Amino acid sequence: MTDTDLVYEEVEKARAAQRPFLSPLNQRRWQNFKANRRGYWSLWIFLVLFVLSLGAELIANDRPIMASYQGELLFPVVIDYPEEKFGGFYAETDYRDPFIAEEIEANGWMVWPPIRYSYQTVNREIPEGTPAKPSWLYDEETRCKLYPNGVDDTQCRLGNWNWLGTDNQGRDVLARSIYGFRISVLFGLILTLFSGVIGVGAGAVQGYYGGWIDLIFQRFIEIWTSIPVLYLLLIIAAVLPPGFWILLGIMLLFSWVAFVGVVRAEFLRARNFEYVNAARALGVSNRTIMWRHLLPNAMVATLTFLPFILNGSITTLTSLDFLGFGLPPGSPSLGEMLAQGKQYPGSPWLGLSGFAVISIMLSLLIFIGEATRDAFDPRRTFK
Amino acid sequence: MRREMTAPLLSIRDLSVAFHQGGKTSIAVDHVSFDIGQGETVALVGESGSGKSVTANSVLKLLPYPSASHPSGEILFEGTDLLTAKEPHLRQVRGDDISMIFQEPMTSLNPLHTIERQIGETLTLHQGMGDKQAAERTLELLHQVGIREPEKRLDAYPHQLSGGQRQRVMIAMALANKPKLLIADEPTTALDVTVQAQILELLADLKEKQGMSMLFITHDLGIVRKIADRVCVMTDGKIVETGPTRAIFEDPQHAYTQHLLAAEPKGRPPKADPTAKTVMKGDDIKVWFPIKEGFFRKTVDHVKAVDGIDVTVKAGQTLGIVGESGSGKTTLGLALARMIRSDGTIDFGGTRISDYGFKQMKPLRSDLQIVFQDPYGSLSPRMSVSDIIEEGMKIHFPKLSREERDAKVVAVLEEVGLDPATRFRYPHEFSGGQRQRIAIARAMVLEPRFVMLDEPTSALDMSVQAQVVDLLRDLQKKHNLAYLFISHDLKVIRALSNEVVVMRFGKVVEYGPAEEIFENPKTDYTKALLAAAFDIRTTDAAVVNE
Repeated sequence: MTDTDLVYEEVEKARAAQRPFLSPLNQRRWQNFKANRRGYWSLWIFLVLFVLSLGAELIANDRPIMASYQGELLFPVVIDYPEEKFGGFYAETDYRDPFIAEEIEANGWMVWPPIRYSYQTVNREIPEGTPAKPSWLYDEETRCKLYPNGVDDTQCRLGNWNWLGTDNQGRDVLARSIYGFRISVLFGLILTLFSGVIGVGAGAVQGYYGGWIDLIFQRFIEIWTSIPVLYLLLIIAAVLPPGFWILLGIMLLFSWVAFVGVVRAEFLRARNFEYVNAARALGVSNRTIMWRHLLPNAMVATLTFLPFILNGSITTLTSLDFLGFGLPPGSPSLGEMLAQGKQYPGSPWLGLSGFAVISIMLSLLIFIGEATRDAFDPRRTFK
Repeated sequence: MRREMTAPLLSIRDLSVAFHQGGKTSIAVDHVSFDIGQGETVALVGESGSGKSVTANSVLKLLPYPSASHPSGEILFEGTDLLTAKEPHLRQVRGDDISMIFQEPMTSLNPLHTIERQIGETLTLHQGMGDKQAAERTLELLHQVGIREPEKRLDAYPHQLSGGQRQRVMIAMALANKPKLLIADEPTTALDVTVQAQILELLADLKEKQGMSMLFITHDLGIVRKIADRVCVMTDGKIVETGPTRAIFEDPQHAYTQHLLAAEPKGRPPKADPTAKTVMKGDDIKVWFPIKEGFFRKTVDHVKAVDGIDVTVKAGQTLGIVGESGSGKTTLGLALARMIRSDGTIDFGGTRISDYGFKQMKPLRSDLQIVFQDPYGSLSPRMSVSDIIEEGMKIHFPKLSREERDAKVVAVLEEVGLDPATRFRYPHEFSGGQRQRIAIARAMVLEPRFVMLDEPTSALDMSVQAQVVDLLRDLQKKHNLAYLFISHDLKVIRALSNEVVVMRFGKVVEYGPAEEIFENPKTDYTKALLAAAFDIRTTDAAVVNE
């Protein structure tokens, strides 16, 4: 088989031409994305914030990251140790308790996160009533007033400051902001992902097959979208126990519809493209055609919508929390913080913190989305 | 080439056009100069991308400024430089002294306006006519451009007219203000050959009567020979040769002109072997689309796209299907390839496939391949060449390893004359001709027995057409392929086909060996088609479309 050998030789020669990591199209998109400085910087700032907030337990927590007690290395962040271990009686150890803290310090050491509050840790040493001002607004004496040894108390230190004050239950606002940011972004991302999958799938099937399937589904969607979502959410939230996943499920019921229109239109347009016909003539199955040839077309439209859906989900969650129908009590929720800000106009740190976190988060996401949309727009030219 | 007697009407001097995009500047027209005298027709000839349309558009400053600019040159129209003219002056010139006909009559007319309004608009705008006056003049113009029963057409919308009629309306609009210069940018490229012949005769006739000058842009040398007084040959933004038509055709000086003149698809198919096996046989093929009316969508009639046609394609031979647009030739091809539903029996290599569904057809798809018309549309822009060619193999030869598939891709690219090292590039990096080679490679890699070629050359430049025809002929010989070749281009059909079917209105007009049809056509329609295609001549008007 000299013929085949020859061919293989050719292959070896041509090997030099390798598949690039990113297709030229995607390279161009990435270049376009980078060209939008605001979007590019927003992406980095958001990524840093998001990654940091994913590790919120290591930044703001009421238990040490690491500790050594009587020669034993402990990791209280991940493992719950009973208090018996340190001579107490509760099932869970309160490391902020001066008795336990002293016991551990005496027999080893502890590494604390920079903020020694979790989102639901109540600070019992605030000098005045709740909600309390940020710690840096007090002088040292007032700040340490309630600690047993006053100004000399070892616990009256930076780690125990409430940088942004506390809410009406004495919980640290900064810690709640960090956790609130995380839960909001995660909620938004998961909801967008699921509604994207469902919406794109439904739109694809409708657009590709057309005819009766399309007709019936479109009517169904028209009815479905005419339901006033927020009121329904309030009703359901009053019946079902509120929780992250239940809220997600309820909102998912309605949010997927947003994708159907654009994806359906793209599929309707593209299903008779000549290269789709060419694929059909090769015997490619419908599912593969939809996945390989049509979906990439629809992705541009979907990506354009994505940031708005994401922001919409976050806003809806926040407004539900604000109204008190959102996440269960005790959850780190930005909406609840805003509600408290409204309730205590004399404590502006509540409202300001909530506003800052939400507006920065939404703005960053919109800037990223805007840059993504422009990067995918084939007609847009960049200087 | 300046005329001694009078100053030229339009004089383009040292014109350059540059486009700026993404920080890059490309020169589309490079120091071009030519004159158009009073009552003269100058043809600008070149292949796609040669800059001929850009040159024509700069005359009326219709380019997308400011991303386009003119680094040098002037365009003198009756002594005034149009490039530096102010916008109000330009508006005066546009549509009044100089008017333009575009290539695509489908999109050049506003679909929401009646014919009367479209033509009337230029009249009221430039000549300040009242409604009544404008209506009279519109009628006169429609009559002039040969629209039958113009009174009835006044209220028609563009979609109610045929392509030829639409182009006539465009011409009427262009002529409305008796321009001194008419710029025609490929005015017949989108039309059928018989209609093309009519339109060209109309233009020549009108030009004669009104004493206009004409700048005619085309890629078709046959038209140039027929209509032009002088020819400018353009390539890569430069005019490489200009001269009187006759001189250019008889004694081309520049190598590119010689190449262009030699580029027509040539050669004849090899002699058909009468004992060859029949690969595809269709009996009484019918594709009827129901016309539904009323609330209950009752079928009241049918559009008979293909109405009872018998065809036979033999191994190693080509059956050419010729017809004008709307004749049902592509529909017939798609029906035979089982891409659309049809009645009648289809026999493929001894298997009756006319009742097969999509699933049953799947294993047969590798034997039965299609190459589509538009190489720009038929390749997915998001897949690399290698992915495109591999796609069919993954379905039909699932056992091949990645290396084996890659080897086949390399082999088939070599076979169609492309460099295998380019296989990880994307379609947009290739020219039209190269793309069509990729599309052919995609079909050939599955080792088919029957290939339906749906106008595979009509989107390509003339010289590329010839190469693709040669390639197809070589592949046929090498693999003993049966071709069903669909085209409106009789030159290409002649170069490839052993047998020819002439179709019209879904029916066969003439069916027989190619030699016989071309040398000795029996029906009037075939005669008219041949006259229009080879001599650009109209025959008795009764047999062809308007």
